[in-house]
Amino acid sequence: MADASYPEDLLYHAEHDWAKIDGDVATFGVTWFAQDSLGDVVFFDPPAVGAQVTAGEGYAEVESVKAVSDVIAPLSGEIVEVNEALKDTPEQINDDPYGEGWMVKVKLSDPSQTETLLSQADYTAQLG
Amino acid sequence: MSATVPTQPVEGLPMQRDEIKTIYERSVEGRRAFAAPPLDVPVKPLDELIPAALRRSTPAQLPQVSEPEIVRHYNRLSKRNFDLDTGFYPLGSCTMKHNPKLHERVAGLPGNARLHPLQDPARAQGALELMHGLQESLGEIAGMPHVSLQPSAGSHGELAGLLLTRAYHEDRGEQRTKVLTPDTAHGTNPATVTMAGYEVVKVGTNADGGVDVDDLRAKADDSVACLMLTNPNTLGVFDPQIEEIARIVHGVGATLYYDGANLNAIMGITRPGDMGFDIVHFNLHKSFTQPHGGGGPGAGPIAVSDRIAPYLPRPQVVKREDGTFDLEHDIPKSIGKLRGFQGNYGVFVRSYAYIRSLGAEGLREASEIAVLNANYLLALLRRAGVAEYLPAAFDRLCMHEFVLSGAPMKRDLGIRTLDLAKRLLDHGVHPPTVYFPLLVDEALLLEPTETETKETLDHFADVIAEILAEAKADPEIARNAPYTTPVRRLDEAGAAKKPVIRQPL
Amino acid sequence: MSTYTSATDADRRAMLDAIGVDSIEALFADIPAALRLDRGLDLPAGLSEQEVYAHLRALAARNVSTEDEISFLGAGMYDAYVPALIDSIILRSEFLTPYTPYQPEISQGGLQVMFEYQTAISELTGLPVSNASVYEGPSAVGAAGYLAKLTNGRPRVLASRGVHPHSRETLTTLSHGYGQTVEEIPLKDGVTDIEALKSALADDVSAVVLQQPNFLGSVEDVAALTAAAKEHGALVICACDPVPLGILQPPGEQGVDIAVGEGQTLGNRLDFGGPSFGFFAAAQEHIRRMPGRIAGETTDVDGRRGFVLTLQTREQHIRREKATSNICTAQALNALAGVIYLSWLGRDGLVELGELLVQRTAYARERLAQIDGVELLHEAPVVREFAVALDAPVGAVVERLVSEGINPGYMLATDYPEYENGLLIAITEQRSRAQIDRLAEALERALVAERAATVGAGAGAQA
Repeated sequence: MADASYPEDLLYHAEHDWAKIDGDVATFGVTWFAQDSLGDVVFFDPPAVGAQVTAGEGYAEVESVKAVSDVIAPLSGEIVEVNEALKDTPEQINDDPYGEGWMVKVKLSDPSQTETLLSQADYTAQLG
Repeated sequence: MSATVPTQPVEGLPMQRDEIKTIYERSVEGRRAFAAPPLDVPVKPLDELIPAALRRSTPAQLPQVSEPEIVRHYNRLSKRNFDLDTGFYPLGSCTMKHNPKLHERVAGLPGNARLHPLQDPARAQGALELMHGLQESLGEIAGMPHVSLQPSAGSHGELAGLLLTRAYHEDRGEQRTKVLTPDTAHGTNPATVTMAGYEVVKVGTNADGGVDVDDLRAKADDSVACLMLTNPNTLGVFDPQIEEIARIVHGVGATLYYDGANLNAIMGITRPGDMGFDIVHFNLHKSFTQPHGGGGPGAGPIAVSDRIAPYLPRPQVVKREDGTFDLEHDIPKSIGKLRGFQGNYGVFVRSYAYIRSLGAEGLREASEIAVLNANYLLALLRRAGVAEYLPAAFDRLCMHEFVLSGAPMKRDLGIRTLDLAKRLLDHGVHPPTVYFPLLVDEALLLEPTETETKETLDHFADVIAEILAEAKADPEIARNAPYTTPVRRLDEAGAAKKPVIRQPL
Repeated sequence: MSTYTSATDADRRAMLDAIGVDSIEALFADIPAALRLDRGLDLPAGLSEQEVYAHLRALAARNVSTEDEISFLGAGMYDAYVPALIDSIILRSEFLTPYTPYQPEISQGGLQVMFEYQTAISELTGLPVSNASVYEGPSAVGAAGYLAKLTNGRPRVLASRGVHPHSRETLTTLSHGYGQTVEEIPLKDGVTDIEALKSALADDVSAVVLQQPNFLGSVEDVAALTAAAKEHGALVICACDPVPLGILQPPGEQGVDIAVGEGQTLGNRLDFGGPSFGFFAAAQEHIRRMPGRIAGETTDVDGRRGFVLTLQTREQHIRREKATSNICTAQALNALAGVIYLSWLGRDGLVELGELLVQRTAYARERLAQIDGVELLHEAPVVREFAVALDAPVGAVVERLVSEGINPGYMLATDYPEYENGLLIAITEQRSRAQIDRLAEALERALVAERAATVGAGAGAQA
């Protein structure tokens, strides 16, 4: 499992999710803290492409051996791509949470919502 | 003692040397155990009797093994299990008390074991009298007069209870939507609520481990169908506010449900009916000695108050005016059936035998000693060298079980509750329930039961102290335990990622 | 009085001293005085072990078991032979007395048994995913209905009238909670009326529930019924008698999504209705919606083969209100008896047993049909059970046979008023040709006598 890290070029949601903004499309995933709390991820249940997600609400579930967690959307929009590779290799969420462990790409309905998210410094400060 | 308990992997234990084969891997073409009785009727071509299109083209690939091989296979497997008849099993909320041996003998009498469930009640009077006697006894123990033996386990009894609650409200023309459960509840409670079509609303816990009555008051309104509670609760604490809780719940017209998982603390001492409960389930495989069988069978009878009685499952065992016993199917407001036939009768035989063996005084004594044993073990674990790492979650007397927190142990010794549990395996003791209740960090829930001796409790406390002292010197020993078991820690993540849940044949 | 406790007076004093209280009474201080039971429980006094044995022996003697009469009762549970090796294994304390295997390192025996059991059920049903057991047959049908509800959320369930009445009623009871309604599809010529099924099907049907063989003993054309259901995207649930699955096409090859059933005939005794076990198997796509425990194979830290409970995030102790079921304690010991029994039968034995049942049942059916006053209720193929109609009050006929030590079967009118004098007759491997002949002879005599009595008493006499 990778060492704790929180890249500076991402935006964070307090429920331990990250977003990487690229124009009006954002990539979502969970933070190092989230995957560490879960332990070995054994299953990722992705939403369907085309589904609407709402900032602050769950859009998928991740399972470890003895826990299930909702994954919270940091921003609202429509899912345009899901990381199909996680079906077979959910451990990427542990091994590479900001890279191969990405979960969905979302076409943002309100790009101004990014202002509500936390910077790396603010997020890590809240982790204490 | 340390000298005899290995502190690193041991190679070549007899159980480890035994090559693990499944019964399918022992199969050899042409071997068999079964000899069919003679085909003593004129034989017709099968095609005439059942068209080929409806028949199987290839046989099910069951193993081909002889009787001696089957016996040896399963006997060897049995030696890879730890069991209650072998050692201490303080699994909290599971009431692992002794399973009296008489019970298997009486359950196996042909008049019980080979009695068909659809036998005419007139010719099953012994069975019906036994069931009626068990109903009466359970009703007296619960303080609620109406009993259905039908549910098959505790969670099945819970489901019956909520379906009864639904029937009760609907009969009064009310559509209620919520069921309250404490945040300390066993997982079956919220799962049952959903299956019964209700929404779960959690009620908080106060500093003493009881219900947060202010929170209850805020959440109790006329959309609430029921409060599910156990008292003593899963923290091992009897909630003295129960009368006030019952007033609040009944005040909004809801029912009060008693999860009987913890009944072993109070038999003959206090009764759910007297506390104001409307519905209670019993776990006959806990307080009433049905052997647990490695995950069943059990039975989960329910007792209910007068206002719930009209809705009980059918059939009901009744005593007619002429003194005979019968199955009553004509119950107009019944919720219906929850399963086939009359319930797990074989379990009823064992629990009935238990109640007749102990009688009123014996049941009370069982609860008294269960509580004495739990408090004694708790007192033993308050010693220096243990209490600073495994403090009681609630620093007070307990009922029949109690909760410790492993949080200081994790912080100061670097071993988790899981590690302690695994190290206990090397000492020949079954670990307590771990990581439950969820409310307590790194929780251990211990229930010694009344059938354990003082010496067993003394020994267990010594083992805990020894493991903690060992961890202080070298936490790696516990972190890598166990060492003496047929297998060591298993890859549960791997099993869940790529589930292999049957043998490819 | 047996108490099974061992605390002596000296123990009690020492323990109370260690606790720091002066009486056991003081340990119950949290219980308000008003709630204390101020009397003893109103129960009989305790008895010694031999007294309890004598009492229970006397009660059991008042039951007429299948050891006391020649029984043709079936209708969901059958007087199948339980081989002796099952008792010798399941009475071992290592199987009888552990809890659910929460500590896999010391529960490998039980976990491997579950894995072997799941394999056997998967083989029988032709479906890849089996759990480690549910309570019993009819509640397994209810559990399958809940899986269908979780899968597609549709509001209607269609159940064939050929499904066991207890299963239909259980499904109705449970589905009332989670909000589905159950409608019945009638029978025609002893089997599910496929035209009636087709006209009831629509895109709001969650599941179609069938039974194989059905309650009247008929072998259903499950594949045809399933095809009809699939046209509307409904799931198909089939309650199967496991022994006939040795010769009948497995549900998994017929498009069935969920196969469940009563496991009693697999090495479990009658026990007046339980405990036995229910089996529950499904297609791969349902693996994460299965109820109950599932064992899986894995390895330990040293690379040794082992077994664990797996996919636990489905279950109540983790997912709580979002769990796929509330089931916790199931029927592990009964399922163990099931897998021992199937190993004892073996690959060839299961087929031989199925064929024996078919041949003896065919003989009995033909033999009885020749009796004046006995008519077959249907001509559909059967395996171990068949239905007839008598031309005399069935209750009175049954009484006459019972007085001769023969229990001729189940009176259908209890659940099927349309078969007023119907009788459901079950054949097991324990019913020999000689016993079938005795049944036929006694039935013939009883019908003659009953006709004479009816004529004597005037027309319209009731049982």
